[in-house]
Amino acid sequence: MSKNPFPLSKQDLLKAYRTMRLIREFEERVHNEFAKGDIPGFVHLYAGEEASAAGIMMHLNDRDRIASTHRGHGHCIAKGVDVRDMMSEIYGKADGSCRGKGGSMHIADLSKGMMGANGILGAGAPLACGAALAARYRGDGGVGISFVGDGASNQGMFLESLNLAAVWNLPAIFVVENNGYAESTSRNYAVAVDSYVDRAAGFGLPGVTVDGTDFFAVYEAAGEIIKRAREGGGPALLECKMIRFFGHFEGDQQTYRGKGEVEDIRSNRDCIKAFVAKVIETGVIQRAEIEGIDKEAVTLIDEAVAHAKAAPPPAAKDLMTDVYVAY
Amino acid sequence: MARKISMRQALNEALDQEMSRDPAVIVMGEDIVGGMGGEGEKDAWGGVLGVTKGLYAKYGERLLDTPLSESAYIGAAIGAAACGMRPVAELMFIDFMGVCFDEIFNQAAKFKYMFGGKAETPVVIRCMVGAGFRAAAQHSQMLTPLFTHIPGLKVVCPSNAYDAKGLLIQSIRDNDPVIFCEHKNLYGLETDVPQESYTIPFAEANVARDGKDATIVTYGMMVHRAIEAATDLAKNGIDCEVIDLRTLSPIDMDTVLESVENTGRLVCVDEAHPRCSIASDVSAKVAQEAFGSLKAGIQMVTAPHTPVPFSPALEDLYIPTAAQIAAAVRRTVAH
Repeated sequence: MSKNPFPLSKQDLLKAYRTMRLIREFEERVHNEFAKGDIPGFVHLYAGEEASAAGIMMHLNDRDRIASTHRGHGHCIAKGVDVRDMMSEIYGKADGSCRGKGGSMHIADLSKGMMGANGILGAGAPLACGAALAARYRGDGGVGISFVGDGASNQGMFLESLNLAAVWNLPAIFVVENNGYAESTSRNYAVAVDSYVDRAAGFGLPGVTVDGTDFFAVYEAAGEIIKRAREGGGPALLECKMIRFFGHFEGDQQTYRGKGEVEDIRSNRDCIKAFVAKVIETGVIQRAEIEGIDKEAVTLIDEAVAHAKAAPPPAAKDLMTDVYVAY
Repeated sequence: MARKISMRQALNEALDQEMSRDPAVIVMGEDIVGGMGGEGEKDAWGGVLGVTKGLYAKYGERLLDTPLSESAYIGAAIGAAACGMRPVAELMFIDFMGVCFDEIFNQAAKFKYMFGGKAETPVVIRCMVGAGFRAAAQHSQMLTPLFTHIPGLKVVCPSNAYDAKGLLIQSIRDNDPVIFCEHKNLYGLETDVPQESYTIPFAEANVARDGKDATIVTYGMMVHRAIEAATDLAKNGIDCEVIDLRTLSPIDMDTVLESVENTGRLVCVDEAHPRCSIASDVSAKVAQEAFGSLKAGIQMVTAPHTPVPFSPALEDLYIPTAAQIAAAVRRTVAH
């Protein structure tokens, strides 16, 4: 048995891989099923960004709350939301995470600390401040984490939240998942500062930038920030520089991308390939163990898709439930 | 035991009693304590109108002064509500909703439905409404109709201290987001208010005056103008019923319909603009449900479709008057 050079036990390495693999399988499958026309509405896929969700969420438990984005499937899976419930939700079925009333952009499971994917860019940041505030009143050491993309990092509510969290010294963490594009617009065009560390400093917060395709870099940086927040050290910003394999939404022709860009990032900047190469190279994990998890992921997603397709849609009466109908 | 106290005191008492009863109740807003971070008095203001004055001494950090940053703190109140707290956020003026509207109508209002019933958002957003303070176009609006339009929100607008206390306590205990509208001309008005805690259920209108000839339906400050009009009309033998809706969403249409079935005449009074207002909403519902009872066309008395003007000469023309309400009633009884 090789000596483990990683800051995670073998069991946790396998857990992290399982999370990333499950997200990838989920997203690749949704991509294919969407193309067949079976999935209503629109979806935004997280494939390519798995190291961020897994690297951060490995440090969290159910008392910690996250507020996600429109590209939220990966955050949900890493936070422990059931993939079968999620797939049913994406298909708009009655047994989905939100009983078919939310869809891809609004998957939530508060029992898991998942406060919802969000169709409004930047809206999660104040909500995570509220989660952090609630954790502080409860005194349970929980944290609130909000995710935004580089696009939503320009929203007023995000910037206001940085200040509020700093002023109140909240156990709040702001993760900027910088995949280089706000929809089709390059980050280089739309964000005036070069570094999010500078932007954080402007609000009195410490900031860290990591290679978001490197699970271990994310894991390590997130670990320090989360520990500090739990101990009363206050908020921080974490920028994960990453890439997305698919377009802004499914159906996006991505003509704004450079020639050969997608092929290049799939071949050379795949966070899952990089993770596998590292753990196998050191001999901590065997190829067969990786393949076992791959098969397990395929089976789980196959079952989730089959279940979602067969599940009944919500009943007509469900239109009028879960809200006070006064009129 | 009831004693006469102002609406300001009644609201303060409601917050005090709920904070004492339930540790999940927290209060946040701009200057709700006042003087934070400075060298002078803490609790310098207790809110711009003094509603939260004195609570900081009793509850300390459960009162949170916020930066001038409505998007962040209203969103934080909503996030905390989704995580088990019962925040009461003071937004000062309803006019400021514009900078944090997303948090209210896309987040708080939607969570329960959008998450399939698996989330509750027990947040109260208190704000001042209404004209008459010479506060001009951005500090004087009656935007209640904007919020009644949004499913998932509840909208409350008391007309007196007694209702204010009971409705605020009910709002804090309610599991849905509540927009609690306080008319700025009513804070000093004193009525009999019991010392002990009590609630007033939502969707229970108050018949503020009984009458048989015409029904006046309104809420907030306009209740007082309507009663003034009714008192005046009574001298001429016209007997008006005045209904104070108290809550606009949910709304008690049963009391309105029952009254119109008795009187056959309806005047809807609203300090909001005429289009898509509470007045037009109630009018439409009555036309739909009680057309056969109507002896005359429904009349509406509202503010004009203009921003609120500054000059006292103009603002006094903007706000519906008792004389306008009385004239509208006379138009209905002429038939």
